Amino acid sequence: MSMTSEGGHGAVPTGPEVPVEVAPEKLPAATRRDWPLYEVFVRGKRGLNHVHVGSLHAPDDEMAVHAARDLYTRRNEGVSIWVVQAADITASSPDEKDPMFAPSGDKVYRHPTFYEIPENVPHI
Amino acid sequence: MAHEETVYDALTNAHDDGGQWAFGTGFDEPLAGVDTTVPDGVDAADLGEYCLMLGDDALLLAQRLTQWITAAPELEEEVAIGNLALDLLGQARLLLARAGSVGVLGRSRERATASIPDEDALAYFRDPDEFRHTALVEAPNGDFARTMVRLLAASTVRVAVLARLRESRDPVLAAIAAKGVNELAYHRDHAARWVLRLGDGTAESHRRAQDGADAVWPLLAELFSPTEVESRLAAAGIAVDPAAVREEVVTVLTQVLDQATLRVPAWPADVLPRGRRGEHGPETAELLGTLQGLAREHPAATW
Repeated sequence: MSMTSEGGHGAVPTGPEVPVEVAPEKLPAATRRDWPLYEVFVRGKRGLNHVHVGSLHAPDDEMAVHAARDLYTRRNEGVSIWVVQAADITASSPDEKDPMFAPSGDKVYRHPTFYEIPENVPHI
Repeated sequence: MAHEETVYDALTNAHDDGGQWAFGTGFDEPLAGVDTTVPDGVDAADLGEYCLMLGDDALLLAQRLTQWITAAPELEEEVAIGNLALDLLGQARLLLARAGSVGVLGRSRERATASIPDEDALAYFRDPDEFRHTALVEAPNGDFARTMVRLLAASTVRVAVLARLRESRDPVLAAIAAKGVNELAYHRDHAARWVLRLGDGTAESHRRAQDGADAVWPLLAELFSPTEVESRLAAAGIAVDPAAVREEVVTVLTQVLDQATLRVPAWPADVLPRGRRGEHGPETAELLGTLQGLAREHPAATW
C-alpha cells in the first residue's frame, strides 16, 4: 500500500483495495481536488492567540469558516476562527533547516535566564 | 487537554450503575431541576400534543439528515450534517420529555418497560399514527440539493416558530425555544449558503437545486394552518399560531431563491395538516422502522 499525503488530513491510504480510479461517467462535475485546502486557526478564549488546529477542504472562504466551525469547535473549543488557503502560506523550507535554525542553538545569552525572578511575581 | 477531560468525565459519570440501556442511559434527566407544572388554565393533553408536534418534526428531520452519514458528498459536509442532526435530536429529546412530563405518552407505555425514560418511550415505542410531524420532514432526502432546499425551508419555519415561542407562558417551552433558536439560525444559514452556491453554480447544480425546490414547495402546504390544539394554546399564550409565521417564511425563502437565481415555485394553498392528525405516508413507517427497529427487537438491550 502506498501513502499519499493530502494536507492536514495526514496520509491517505491508497492501494488496490481502495478504488482511486472512478469511471469517468461517475465523476461529479467538481471533484474534491477542485476544492482548495484551508488551514484553520481557532482562538480558545478572549486574550489567547489563534492556534493552528488542522485543515480542511472547502469550495470557498465562507464555507471554509462554516466547515471549520463544524469540524473544530464542536466541543466548545473556540470563540473565533481564522481560515486561510494553504497555498497562501509562505513557509520555511525543510532543506534550509540547518542554516535557518542551527545558528540560534548556542546563543544562550539570548535567553532571559540571567535574571533573578522575585518569588512574589506571578505569571513569568 | 484539561477541558476535554472534564467533558468526558461528565459523560462517563452520568452512566447509571444498573447497566446502560442502549438507547437512553448515560445522560442526565433532560428536564432535571425544571419546574414542569402545567401553567394555569392550560389543558395538559393539549400542551403534550403540541410538544409532540414540535418534537416529532425535529426527530424525523434528524433521522432523515442522519441518512447522509457515510454518503455525504464531502467529509466536511458529512460532519456538518451530523451536527445539525444532533442539534435537532437534542430539541426532540427535550420536547418529548416535556410531553411525557405532562402525561402524554400515547400507547408507548404499553410496550416500553418502566426503566425506559419517557422521551425514549415516545421515540421508539409509538406507532406511526401517533406521530405528529408534517409531510415536509417525512419526505425522502432526494439528492444533496433537495436535502439542502428542504433543510432551508424546515429551518426557516422552525426558527420563526421558536423565536416567538421564547415568549411562551410555559417556561419549559420558552427555555427549549431559546436554546433551539441559536441552533436553527445556524441551520438556516448553512442551508441558505448551499442553496445560493448550488442555484448560482453550474448548469447541473442549478438544475438539481431547481428540481429540489419544485419537489419541496408542495410540502409547505400544511405548515401554516393551525390545528385546534395550536389555536387553543396560541389563545392561551402557550403556543405559536403557525399562520403568524407565514409572511416571514415567504419573505426569507423568496429572498434566498431569488439570490440563488432559482425560480420560486408556486406557493401551495394552505391545507389542514394531515400529519398533525397522525396521517402519514408510507415514508414515515419506513423511516420509523429504521429508527425503532433495534429498540423494539431488543427492548432491554444494554451495552
